Amino acid sequence: MKVLLSGNEAVARGAYESGVVFASAYPGTPSTEILENIVQYDDIYAEWAPNEKVALDGAIGAAYAGKRALAAMKMVGLNVAAEALFYSSYTGFDGALVIVNADDPGMHSSQNEQDNRHYARFAKVPMLEPTDSQEAKDFVGLALEVSEKFDTPVLLRLTTRISHSSSLVELSERKAAPEERKPFARSPMKYSMIPGFAKRRHPVMEQRLKDLAEYAETFPYNKIEWGDRSLGVVANSVAYQYAREVFPEASLLRLGMSWPLPKKLIREFASQVDKIVVVEELDPFLEEQLKIMGIEVAAGKDFFPILDEFNPGIVRDAAYKAGLVETPVEVQKVETGELPPRPPVLCAGCPHRPIYYLLKKYGLVVDSDIGCYALAVLPPIATTDTLGCMGASIGVAHGINKAGVEERAVATIGDSTLWHAGMPGLLNVVYNKSNTVTLILDNLTTAMTGHQPHPSTGRTLMGEQTVKGDFEALARAMGYEEVRTVDSLNLKETEEALKASLDSNKPAVLVTRSPCIFMYEERPGLYEVDLERCNACGLCFEIGCPAVIRSDEIHEKSGKGKAEINTILCFGCSVCEQVCARKAIHAVEE
Amino acid sequence: METTNFALVGVGGQGVLLASDVLAEVGVEAGYDVKKSEVHGMAQRGGSVLSQVRWADKVYAPLVGNGEVDYLVSFELLEALRWLQLLRKGGIAVVNDQRLPPLAVSSGGMEYPDSQRIEKALSAATGRYKIVPALAKAEELGTERATNVVLIGAVSNYLDVPEEDWLKVIERRVPPKYVELNRKAFAAGREL
Repeated sequence: MKVLLSGNEAVARGAYESGVVFASAYPGTPSTEILENIVQYDDIYAEWAPNEKVALDGAIGAAYAGKRALAAMKMVGLNVAAEALFYSSYTGFDGALVIVNADDPGMHSSQNEQDNRHYARFAKVPMLEPTDSQEAKDFVGLALEVSEKFDTPVLLRLTTRISHSSSLVELSERKAAPEERKPFARSPMKYSMIPGFAKRRHPVMEQRLKDLAEYAETFPYNKIEWGDRSLGVVANSVAYQYAREVFPEASLLRLGMSWPLPKKLIREFASQVDKIVVVEELDPFLEEQLKIMGIEVAAGKDFFPILDEFNPGIVRDAAYKAGLVETPVEVQKVETGELPPRPPVLCAGCPHRPIYYLLKKYGLVVDSDIGCYALAVLPPIATTDTLGCMGASIGVAHGINKAGVEERAVATIGDSTLWHAGMPGLLNVVYNKSNTVTLILDNLTTAMTGHQPHPSTGRTLMGEQTVKGDFEALARAMGYEEVRTVDSLNLKETEEALKASLDSNKPAVLVTRSPCIFMYEERPGLYEVDLERCNACGLCFEIGCPAVIRSDEIHEKSGKGKAEINTILCFGCSVCEQVCARKAIHAVEE
Repeated sequence: METTNFALVGVGGQGVLLASDVLAEVGVEAGYDVKKSEVHGMAQRGGSVLSQVRWADKVYAPLVGNGEVDYLVSFELLEALRWLQLLRKGGIAVVNDQRLPPLAVSSGGMEYPDSQRIEKALSAATGRYKIVPALAKAEELGTERATNVVLIGAVSNYLDVPEEDWLKVIERRVPPKYVELNRKAFAAGREL
């Protein structure tokens, strides 16, 4: 039976069919749905780990235990897990391990653009790259076979377009997973990487790479599709699909295994076509390897962009400029005039909004982190000075305060992000005594990636009840004396606690807590503006809520538009009522 | 069959993704190879959303670029203009007659394009566009949430796929208690 599956759903199905028994991940776009789908298969133990390194360590352990294991993460998640990737490349396993890694060309939802094919070369592990959902499913099984045969972790690289596009997939049954418990295959010289043992593993790994290069020559998805031999196109991943559309007549070499490369196959292809063109998203990874092999590349990154993701139009446009196709893309000149942008915004009623209103009021330097609250960088809130990677906020604020600036720097970090990578930074502030105030914006869920449970939600991915991590107790255990908790939606209480934290001039933690609006069954209320009382002062616009809009009614004296509340968007958080000096905003009975 | 490319655009929360799921599955039901592509944005709500669906005997790329879309289905007027570049010459645009002013308009200083500007841009791009009261039809049926299925009904008129295939997929995709409502929404869309 053929069904439409996204690449991520297909990977989950592949894990099920190929007998994976352990899967771990941290949510991150575009990889999140892999574990969300794996958990639907009863035969697989699945978990959200606090971060990607913990997820990978867990999967490595399961593979040491002789089982088939999977770890999944987004592009930059592999940076977090990199250390585990490198040691596991030395140790190999008694079982098998596939590391599913979803790159994000175009940075739809990431802080930087990176080409994780470099990790395969860097860590000396094989990498497979599917071109659609069917292959995404099949490659999980192939990766596990390669892992078992060559005693290595295998990287399965998706991209946003593979993860989040759907195509038809033929389903199969689950292969029996090894059920029996057996003694742990004790082998400290293989699994304990002290320098003396690691030195013995390194040559094993180098030999493995040579063996894998031989295997690559026969890998069924390293394949030549012969056509017109005046042009030979080399492509990988989704770029293969674009190349197939733009060059329907050309000969095409698709590389389903992008590391190590099948050099003999590449040379055979190059020797039989007039010229070689490389179509790959992001870095000139294949192009450089071809050039190292002495193969002339007629068009590569000099035409096909290094930036952003491709689509068939971009590939056709580049091919036209390179003189490879005769017809350009026909795009109509459409005159629309300047259009108002519609960037994503914090939802009406979002509990993250009030604290940023206060941070703006106090003119503090705000070092922020990864989560929905990253949207506070943009207007109308526009109250964030720095934002780097998961957990960076606290360390950066600490450095700014130690270096000394006129304003104080504070860190803003969400609940799931704090558990992910915030704890060491939090410890550093109190250990090395900076007067940094860390604001833990606790909305009781991993909101941005779609409301996954995390270590202080009391729930696991598999729906079990579990312990609830306690930020306040954690801070005290680290040595913090200044620990406060407020209701995020209570402006007065939050302002007093923020002032007290700053005034203490000590390391301080302020937890602002209120559930994400998606945790409610229905909205708690609805507000409206009393137009008689409103004097168009604009205070309520300062909070930057999409439900608070300018009405057509003009205040005579000032000539400005009065406020109005959009009844569909309003969630009833009451923050506009709290800021209104004229008491012109009040709750309505629904 | 010639390749048919659809782009569905709108605002997060309007039901664009469900509509593109329906369109993709109808293509499968009708015997085509199908690919669908969407990006899950940074925020849960309020941002501009684009989803693409392709039907053909064999589909390679899961999305297309500017000037290659046959059917632009817009859930909102401003978004129709934003994504108009996708439409190929002679392509068809079906646009829901609904304005959702973004923050830059509602509390910022920018102007939402007026009807004249919208019609002018649409007619410059294609002679074959239709602004349809999908939201009003859905509200007549009791809920604005059915707007997406009304729009699907409106688009179905252009496509050579039996009505039963559409209804079969819609029934499969919506919760049982909303099946009757969505059948009516689809029928209302076909009359537009």
